[in-house]
Amino acid sequence: MTQGSLLRQILRYENRHDPYPLYAELRKTPVLNEDDAYVVSTYREVLTLLHDPRVSSDTRNMTRSAGIDLQDQQDPQDQQEGEATLPPSFIRLDPPEHDRLRRLTNTSFGPPHEPHRVHEMRGELGAIVSDLIGGIDGTGRIDLVGQFSYPFPVTVICRLLGVPREDESRFHGWADTLAASLDPMPGEDPTERNRAFQQARTELGMYLAGLIEERRRNPQKDMLSELATLNGPDGSMSTMELLSTAALLLVAGHETTVNLITNGMLTLLRNPQVLERLRADPDLSVPLVEELLRFEPPVQLVPNRTTLADIEIAGATIPKGASLWLVVAAANRDPLRFEDPDRFDPDREDVRHLGFGSGVHSCFGAPLARLEAQIALSELARRLVNPRLLEDPPEYRSNAVLRGPRHLPIACDDIRP
Amino acid sequence: MPADGYLERLKRDGRIVVVGASLAGLRAAETLRTEGFAGTLTMVGDEPYEPYDRPPLSKGVLLGRTTPDHTALPRRTALEADWRLGTAATGLDMAAKRVRLADGEEVEYDRLLITTGVRARPWPHEGEAGLDGVFVLRTRDDATALHKRLVDGPRRVLVIGAGFTGSEIASACRERDIPVTVAERGAAPLVGALGGVVGAVAAELQREHGVDLRTGVMVTGLEGDSAGRVRAAHLSDGSSVEPDIVVVALGATRNTEWLAGSGLGAGPRGIACDAGCRAFDIRGIVTDDIFVAGDVARSPHPLFGYQFLSLEHWGNAVSQAETAAHNMLCASVDRRPHMWVPAFWSSQFGVNIKSVGVPSMGTELLISQGSLAERRFVGVYGYQDRVIGAVTFDQARWLPFYEHLIETTAPFPPSFPTVDRRPEGARSVPAEFPDPSVPTHGPTVTLSGYSPADRRMTFTPGRH
Repeated sequence: MTQGSLLRQILRYENRHDPYPLYAELRKTPVLNEDDAYVVSTYREVLTLLHDPRVSSDTRNMTRSAGIDLQDQQDPQDQQEGEATLPPSFIRLDPPEHDRLRRLTNTSFGPPHEPHRVHEMRGELGAIVSDLIGGIDGTGRIDLVGQFSYPFPVTVICRLLGVPREDESRFHGWADTLAASLDPMPGEDPTERNRAFQQARTELGMYLAGLIEERRRNPQKDMLSELATLNGPDGSMSTMELLSTAALLLVAGHETTVNLITNGMLTLLRNPQVLERLRADPDLSVPLVEELLRFEPPVQLVPNRTTLADIEIAGATIPKGASLWLVVAAANRDPLRFEDPDRFDPDREDVRHLGFGSGVHSCFGAPLARLEAQIALSELARRLVNPRLLEDPPEYRSNAVLRGPRHLPIACDDIRP
Repeated sequence: MPADGYLERLKRDGRIVVVGASLAGLRAAETLRTEGFAGTLTMVGDEPYEPYDRPPLSKGVLLGRTTPDHTALPRRTALEADWRLGTAATGLDMAAKRVRLADGEEVEYDRLLITTGVRARPWPHEGEAGLDGVFVLRTRDDATALHKRLVDGPRRVLVIGAGFTGSEIASACRERDIPVTVAERGAAPLVGALGGVVGAVAAELQREHGVDLRTGVMVTGLEGDSAGRVRAAHLSDGSSVEPDIVVVALGATRNTEWLAGSGLGAGPRGIACDAGCRAFDIRGIVTDDIFVAGDVARSPHPLFGYQFLSLEHWGNAVSQAETAAHNMLCASVDRRPHMWVPAFWSSQFGVNIKSVGVPSMGTELLISQGSLAERRFVGVYGYQDRVIGAVTFDQARWLPFYEHLIETTAPFPPSFPTVDRRPEGARSVPAEFPDPSVPTHGPTVTLSGYSPADRRMTFTPGRH
């Protein structure tokens, strides 16, 4: 094939703005073995494997690495895990270690211990959104990413963890550098990027370690305080575990939410009748965000799973130790599962998407991400007067896994108060 | 389509009667309407309430987190129907196609759906059952009355029977910090549904939460004071308990008495129907205008040797109701079989318990993930070298995988490694189900009857 394997085509930057036709090709072979990777793209098979206890998230079990370079596609945190001092975060662990850390983290985030944490952030999320939109100059070209969707989730994570307001800008700086390492620019010096990444990571780690110490002595109502002072049936978290978890919450909760909101606004601007409906009815944001998670999921594929045994599925055998890629964005558009899958339809009644994954690793921050996107999109719809896209497609980030526009240039007539 | 256009006429202006206005009845009625039934729909229910959800009654309602009148089932569509609530059906005339109601009225039907479900089995001694402070828990009224008394702060609650309902009630009592004794005839709680090995975990869980659990005992009598309030319970081991509330949780009785003498194949074990939800008459001949769904139905399941399964499961009621409703409006070739894989859940003592398949058919048990000691595990049940059921304690996200093993009759014990496999997962152990001839609270899945291939037929008249 002149174009190279399907997998390589999907990873190729020229295809970033619209990988969906390639995903359709991919689905013709539900389990495709290319470049020593096993790529699964149909809804039923992806869902099945997400619940299969023979599938491991611990890459130490992988004995047959894919012969394809994912260097630029992954969270650099993963690549450096070997040499890094932090233990793996729970996204990279199997039960029972995964369960223990996730349970511990959840005691400060969700039910049964903290059933109101996310709900109670509603007012604060609204205020952050309101401030960000208020700060936009509505008369010229707006970059929705830089001016809105990018700063919003970092601020939310700062508030959630309990980063003091005066430190938020430093935190934003580190987050920027970490995020930039996920999005290498063409011609950029990888050594320099890596050095900057390592420095940001070290500084962030030291900052958080200090904050954790402070919160141990002087607990507040924030998540970091609760995690630092845990003492329950599962014991407590070591400082290293806590650092690794905080870094996970930052990285996993940031880029994904940026993309969810940006993809959301892009989709709305391409579907102005839906945008109009959302303006009139903010409650539409609830089903709309679900459909968005199906239609343009911020995490397109889960590339780092492996198999503990030979697994037979869809007439194929995935051998033990294989590099398994679950393409959730392709599964979300499987015509065997969703009627008219390439249509964005917020009225879809059956929208059980895999945008947040499924199974024990299903997105930890999902309730917060949902709320952030619902508030952000309904407020943007309400306040921007006659918004329109200035570039379609916009320029995308290079990352194929965490896929989303690098900038989203838009214009509007005015910004409502 | 039949040449005479019967189904078209039925859909346009036929008469359908649904007897039983709970979960299965409501979901069936909604399905009938969404599948195009435009005729007269009559919903008969013996309780005065619109369809409500029962699982919260033994959980959130007893804890005061929700009130009984907030348990109404969400409606999928606006439902146009003639509701006869608070009026029980009292008889069926199959020849005249008429349902008799308690108020003397008769309702004619072209197609009948029976979803009368089950009721709580009462304490067998009527005088003792009538004592003030003796409860069962099945209906909204039961829950309202019991909750009221729990709020008053009883000195001690006695729960008779440690099946799922009894255990959930005990859990709610402990969460309210009310002293509770549980008396169970079997060797452990949940033993009928999940076997002795898992039952032992449930027993530990209860004791750790402060339940005074007595197993292997029967309550032989309840005693009242001069004002007719329950004051003591006597146990078969010679001991006694002094509760001011007794909750009888001895399983369920199927609501089929109203069909006695009708000629329909209905009895204490339920109403037998085919995989398409059509009821059998007592001759073993399938009817073509009477359908059954929900807890009251018994239907043959191909995955479990075509044995007739009676399932008191929420999800089964919904699925079977949808299938029955669909089939009521269909020609023979368009009918669907009800092939739901049994599944249920329970929450008690802070643990989420879920199960798929039919664990009670299992003879062997393998803890394939996690550990019994940590009370977080997946247990796989084996029967004749195949996977027949699975249970999880706080590990429910893995269940779809095990459901697939059951559906594909995968070999037992499973030969592959999984995440979180512990030393105890190296080999299977006997699942320790009690001898079925020894009565316990009973599992929520029961197997009975004969396969269609079996030509012998025994008819036992109902003993009520």
